[in-house]
Amino acid sequence: MDIAVCIKRVPLLGSAIVLTADNMAIDTSKVGFGLSPHEECAVEAAVKLVEENGGSVTLINIGHIDGEEQIREQMAIGADRAILIDTNGAEPDPQAAATALADAISSDDTNFDLVLMGSESADYGGSQTGIRVAHKLGLPVVTSVKGLKIDSGIATCERAVGSTREVYTVPLPAVITVKDGLNIPRYASVPGRMKARKKPVDIKQVSFAGSRITTKQLVVPVQEAKGATNLGTGAEAADALVEVMKQIGVLS
Amino acid sequence: MILVYAEHDRGELDPVTLQAISAAKALDADVQAVVVGHGAKDVAAELAAFGAVSVHVGNHPELLDFTPRAHARAVNALVTANSPRAVIAGGTPRGNEVLGHLAAMRDEPFASECVSIELASGDTAEIVRARWGGNLLDEATVTSSLLIATVQAHAFAATSADAPLSVSEFDVELADGDVLVRVEDRVGSSAGGVGLAEAKVVVSGGRGMDGPDAFVMLEEIAGVIGGAVGCSRVVTSAGWRPHAEQVGQTGTKVAPDLYLACGISGATQHIAGCKSAKTLIAINTDSQAPIMGFADYMVVDNVHTFLPLFIEKLKAASN
Ligand SMILES: Cc1cc2nc3c(=O)[nH]c(=O)nc-3n(C[C@H](O)[C@H](O)[C@H](O)COP(=O)(O)OP(=O)(O)OC[C@H]3O[C@@H](n4cnc5c(N)ncnc54)[C@H](O)[C@@H]3O)c2cc1C
Ligand SMILES: Nc1ncnc2c1ncn2[C@@H]1O[C@H](COP(=O)(O)O)[C@@H](O)[C@H]1O
Repeated sequence: MDIAVCIKRVPLLGSAIVLTADNMAIDTSKVGFGLSPHEECAVEAAVKLVEENGGSVTLINIGHIDGEEQIREQMAIGADRAILIDTNGAEPDPQAAATALADAISSDDTNFDLVLMGSESADYGGSQTGIRVAHKLGLPVVTSVKGLKIDSGIATCERAVGSTREVYTVPLPAVITVKDGLNIPRYASVPGRMKARKKPVDIKQVSFAGSRITTKQLVVPVQEAKGATNLGTGAEAADALVEVMKQIGVLS
Repeated sequence: MILVYAEHDRGELDPVTLQAISAAKALDADVQAVVVGHGAKDVAAELAAFGAVSVHVGNHPELLDFTPRAHARAVNALVTANSPRAVIAGGTPRGNEVLGHLAAMRDEPFASECVSIELASGDTAEIVRARWGGNLLDEATVTSSLLIATVQAHAFAATSADAPLSVSEFDVELADGDVLVRVEDRVGSSAGGVGLAEAKVVVSGGRGMDGPDAFVMLEEIAGVIGGAVGCSRVVTSAGWRPHAEQVGQTGTKVAPDLYLACGISGATQHIAGCKSAKTLIAINTDSQAPIMGFADYMVVDNVHTFLPLFIEKLKAASN
């Protein structure tokens, strides 16, 4: 089974978001980068399916050239190769990203049986790139999947709704967008990291059409510090906490 | 005219749809709703009660349970026939999915998770959309004669605006593959306990719990006050607790009366899931932990020594 997984490099925010002076981007000078948990689960699912069925895992990333670091991290847990589409600093919107991803998938030498993506990106959260890729490739798409089994060319997908799960089945090839909780991504091993260094990364350049959703500015919503009342420590604090619970009406 | 895609589950309307109707009403009095599938007609009266002046019910013998692409096909037909200025839906997995299909079919931009929408003159709309689970707002201009947008849950209040009930039915014309992906079954059920999303009290643990064992204490507290247990992503990635209990941007969003955060630092992605709590109490050895900035009350102590003391007092108080 040959699987493509679309991953996006995003800043790892700490406890506060700091913007650049023009309020047009997150100031990433002091933060690291990583992937959305949804996409980490997508890579884990792909690696596991290939371990069980044979095949290959190809990562596709559109973004900054430094995204090679995130690609190598996912290669260390088992992805085989990658396509890095260097945007030269530009940030494609979901329409442009989907066009570039679909082009990369359809023009590749591999005929992919499955395209795995996140249900939504961590930073933009458009919830649409996977659906757009599916339409461009003429494939069916199941979204927000939290349970996935593949048998005889049919994927059985589960999606959480309230306290139950909906079941969808879809014949491959298909696009499936997944959510955090699908699995627990493994940690990279030392031999895995060594191998990852030698795996192939094809770098491509693509130019993007202008977006029809243009940001005027980004705003970090102000959350006033509530000035927490300190209840102290130990037995005294335990008494105080019981009192607070009575006051706010959760304990009668 | 503005078209609202009404989301329902076998005849039960999703509450965010009513918020979407109210958001649309603020832009144009002529708000019409489209609803598809088995039980669709049952929700028409409620849609009218919140201001939909016309309810279009799409019928097709194959459309019983939720079928995302076919629903988008039905919306698309109405868009072509009636040229609305905007199509709006609730920012839920289904709402985002159906409008994602619609946007892909028409190759139009799609602004998901809006917290504010204004239609400007000409082909532009000024919107504010939530990024990073609501921790960052994006003020943007959408250029299209058809605005496709979803509204973030709870960003708009649903207000009743009685419109006389006017229902028209239409046959949905499907294209190849539109029913390939649809709900075929449901598994699992609400197995005991209080559902995390609806719980009045959430007792949550993070890395500071140091392993799965200490969560017994959180279960005990939740048991006494009738709450649910939650946790941070560090906890689910370590396999200490199931993912269903994760609170945050990629977990469940909760809005309890009380959120008790034990050994949780307060990363933005965790806060995205619990900032709607009425009261937040943090128990943490570090008085400078970011979570303290969101807390109403703090206990600066070690969970392993403090929680046993607290549980004893709590049990005494509840007897
Ligand atoms: C795109 C993205 C999405 C994410 N989504 C989520 C999400 O949905 N939910 C989520 O939770 N995280 C999410 N994360 C991860 C998030 O960034 C943090 O890594 C995580 O929330 C930290 O969990 P924590 O607070 O338990 O651990 P830590 O940050 O390690 O904090 C542990 C805290 O416990 C305190 N402590 C330690 N020992 C004790 C003790 N004995 N007694 C009392 N206090 C103690 C420490 O002082 C510290 O404050 C996401 C990350 C990314 C990049
Ligand atoms: N720049 C990108 N590079 C690779 N994959 C992407 C990119 N942007 C979005 N995706 C994929 O599309 C999913 C949904 O993104 P979005 O529509 O922005 O919520 C993500 O989880 C990724 O799997």
